[in-house]
Amino acid sequence: MEKSKKWPQILIGIVLLSAGIFVGKIWFNPPVAIPLPVAYTNNEGGNTGVIPSSYDPVNGKIIEVKDGDKIQDAVVEAKSGDLIRVYPGVYNETVYIDKDGITLQGVTINSEWAILDGQSQLNDAFLYSGNNITIENFKIVKYKGNAIMGQAGNNYVIRNNWIIDTGVYGIFPQFGKNGLIEYNILSGIEDAAIYVGMCDNVDVKFNEVFESVAGIEIENSRHALVESNYVHDNTGGILVFITPGLPIKTTFDVIVRNNFVVNNNTPNFAIPGSMVSSIPRGTGIVIMAADDVIVENNIISGNINAGIAITDLSFGAQISKDPDSDPYPDRLVILDNFMHNNGTDPIEEIKVAMMTQFSELGPDIVAVGGGTGSTIRNRNQYRTFGIGGYGEATITNTKNVKTFLLDEMVQPRSITASERAKLTYYGICAGCHAYDIKMIGPPTKIIQALYKDNPEGIAEYAANPVKKRQDFAEMPPQKHIDDETRLEVAKFMLSLTK
Amino acid sequence: MRKGFFTAALLLGATVLFIRFNYALRDHDAIIQLCDTCPPGFELTSDNECEPRNLYMMYSSLNDKGVGGLKTALPAVRAGFSPQQIDLGRYLFFDPVLSKDGTISCATCHDPDKGFSDGLAQSVGIDNYVLPRSAPSLWNVAYMQRFFWDGRATTLEEQMKGPLYDAHEMGNNPDSLLATLNGIEEYQKLFSIAFPERRGHEITLPEIYKAIAAFESSLISLNSRYDQYAHGYADALSPKEKEGLNVFRSFVARCAECHTPPLFTNQQIAVLGTPDPEGMPFDAGAQIPMNDSTFRGGFKVPSLRNIEKTAPYMHSGRFKDLRETVQFYTDGRGHAVPENEELIIHWHIWEPNLADHELDRLVDFLKTLTDETFKPKIPDQIPSDLNSKLAN
Repeated sequence: MEKSKKWPQILIGIVLLSAGIFVGKIWFNPPVAIPLPVAYTNNEGGNTGVIPSSYDPVNGKIIEVKDGDKIQDAVVEAKSGDLIRVYPGVYNETVYIDKDGITLQGVTINSEWAILDGQSQLNDAFLYSGNNITIENFKIVKYKGNAIMGQAGNNYVIRNNWIIDTGVYGIFPQFGKNGLIEYNILSGIEDAAIYVGMCDNVDVKFNEVFESVAGIEIENSRHALVESNYVHDNTGGILVFITPGLPIKTTFDVIVRNNFVVNNNTPNFAIPGSMVSSIPRGTGIVIMAADDVIVENNIISGNINAGIAITDLSFGAQISKDPDSDPYPDRLVILDNFMHNNGTDPIEEIKVAMMTQFSELGPDIVAVGGGTGSTIRNRNQYRTFGIGGYGEATITNTKNVKTFLLDEMVQPRSITASERAKLTYYGICAGCHAYDIKMIGPPTKIIQALYKDNPEGIAEYAANPVKKRQDFAEMPPQKHIDDETRLEVAKFMLSLTK
Repeated sequence: MRKGFFTAALLLGATVLFIRFNYALRDHDAIIQLCDTCPPGFELTSDNECEPRNLYMMYSSLNDKGVGGLKTALPAVRAGFSPQQIDLGRYLFFDPVLSKDGTISCATCHDPDKGFSDGLAQSVGIDNYVLPRSAPSLWNVAYMQRFFWDGRATTLEEQMKGPLYDAHEMGNNPDSLLATLNGIEEYQKLFSIAFPERRGHEITLPEIYKAIAAFESSLISLNSRYDQYAHGYADALSPKEKEGLNVFRSFVARCAECHTPPLFTNQQIAVLGTPDPEGMPFDAGAQIPMNDSTFRGGFKVPSLRNIEKTAPYMHSGRFKDLRETVQFYTDGRGHAVPENEELIIHWHIWEPNLADHELDRLVDFLKTLTDETFKPKIPDQIPSDLNSKLAN
């Protein structure tokens, strides 16, 4: 929608920028010290690539779900460490997992899958907030929102799922650290098939994504490896960018390597107003405002607009600015890639840019807008526009980065039982009990006198209180506090001296 | 019989004397005694500071931003006030003497019995002046990084100068505020207790601001049924409420994208295109303080905690209840934008086509965010009142 207004400005920008760089080079020829990319230097020695689900293997019971059962019932029953095996059948439900350490596994028999079918009515197939969640081997079709959406779960594995037409996104972990997304096949998604949003330490590997608006999106995330994916027939293939206005403001330290990024020429069918609605069709890789992105050894071909498009935040979707987000892509590194037959039918604005370079062919690589410190290796192998300011790459490969997965699982904040008791006493109990003044409930001091050496008595009473005193309101049951913590709180109450 | 009566009278007299004596020792003859313990939700440290304690301190959050899912840490908190400062702040908060003509206190628009708002679409200031926007709730402001609907203040101190000195709100000015409070003996005594290390006897503006900020920072609501669910008690929510939670966090409704747990705000500015009340001019919102037209019509994403208590909704109270409010989001991107306005509507505002029962479930869920267990007590007497009584 709005892109048509913007692109003429881009064109003028490109022309001015090219001219400026050309003149600048002649006049000043400044020596530029290019720093090594963060992705490279931070990983000297490298992570070794421990798959999150293997830190904490399934060690509980196995719960089987058969056609006609509800997967959610199994989740309700499951405890951390349990494996839920879902047998072939069609399951019309939204499964939500608000607990840790659950593995959900589809079982395929005779080529029959465990299918979650939203029937174009349900919003999401899987929603999880727990840590150490694995979801694998499901076929997921016809949801309105997502196939798999995570909110804040760490150490997640999303593997070998077959996802078709699940609405806005296919796989969407958000606010999670240390995740692996591999061997999934996704198509027919109206925004991004795989959308890594506000995450840290993610590997996205061996997936096939096609016939979606965006194939793979790395957004406001750090330490991400996008490797060995087959990304074809989308509007745009792989996107690495910053969306302004989100609470986590940066994207950096991303490696895009060994992917096939081919023929991403599907007309844009995104929802108006969405971030991806302004992606011109035929764009292989888009890097917008992200820093320290390395693009290496990809096969990028047949993308009719451009192989790689690099922009700052002034182009693209109409969106409110964000004073807390740096709008420029800095310190990008383009290494050796095989690029062929890109830019055969670029958008008008690029065509005009081509004219300024007397080129009849569109770009393998086009860069518009600001940004500093970027480099490229063997630039003459590509047809480029707007990267005159790029220096020579100081690295040749990223071999030393095997993964961005952590060597150790992200641990929950370590907290002792007595610390938990203290937080519970001051955070909950203190609403009614003060040490020596009467509030809604009797003072702690009086409780101490009544239950001397009997914390069990307090814990029990708090779970099932009865009306005892005329001058106080009846206590509401505190069953929401687990038994162990309730007893610890009782001990803590008895130990207080003020 | 007579003997018993006599003994009782003697004891009573002794008690009264004892209490008076204690007052004199501890509070320099102040009639009001400032609380020396922290409000609920806080632990008193050996430095006489109140530090927050809640179950969200068991968790961490990505990049320490305090946004995420159920078991996610809260954002950075404003804390470290003394119990006395918090309690002094409480007296100031409820005292209309802070306004120009002694008619309006902070609590007039931030009434604890109305979710620390006032139940009005647009708040009413001095001389019954109808203000353009509604009064935001103060629950959990200790965790907020921006204040006012348009986000123009970044500290509570900066924020409170707005209503205190706005000609249409409390109508006061710094000189007159200082003169008034310094003219009240009880306040002089209370300030010297709350700020024991200061030199001189005069009450200063930073002390006033600090005490009010201390009280506001003590208004904690983190014990709703939602919180019980988040901490792991699955039975805290009914099936309908869980269904509502799933609609809320789904990427169809997208509520949780901006009203992100655990605070139920991501603290950003968003342009929604909500309508102003009939006859009111278009409110440019954050465009003005940010001096950026891309924020035209933008407002701070409010926390939804205790949202049930703060109808009507949106910056100028256009929606009378929660059902009407959630309906807005499904009526279509930009449907209420005036014809002559071109707003950059937030990308999450789209056409989710939520079914009626989904909207009902959303309302069910929003009501699980209600928790007023730490509601502070309204003071029985306030220093300015005492002053006038003593003077008579």
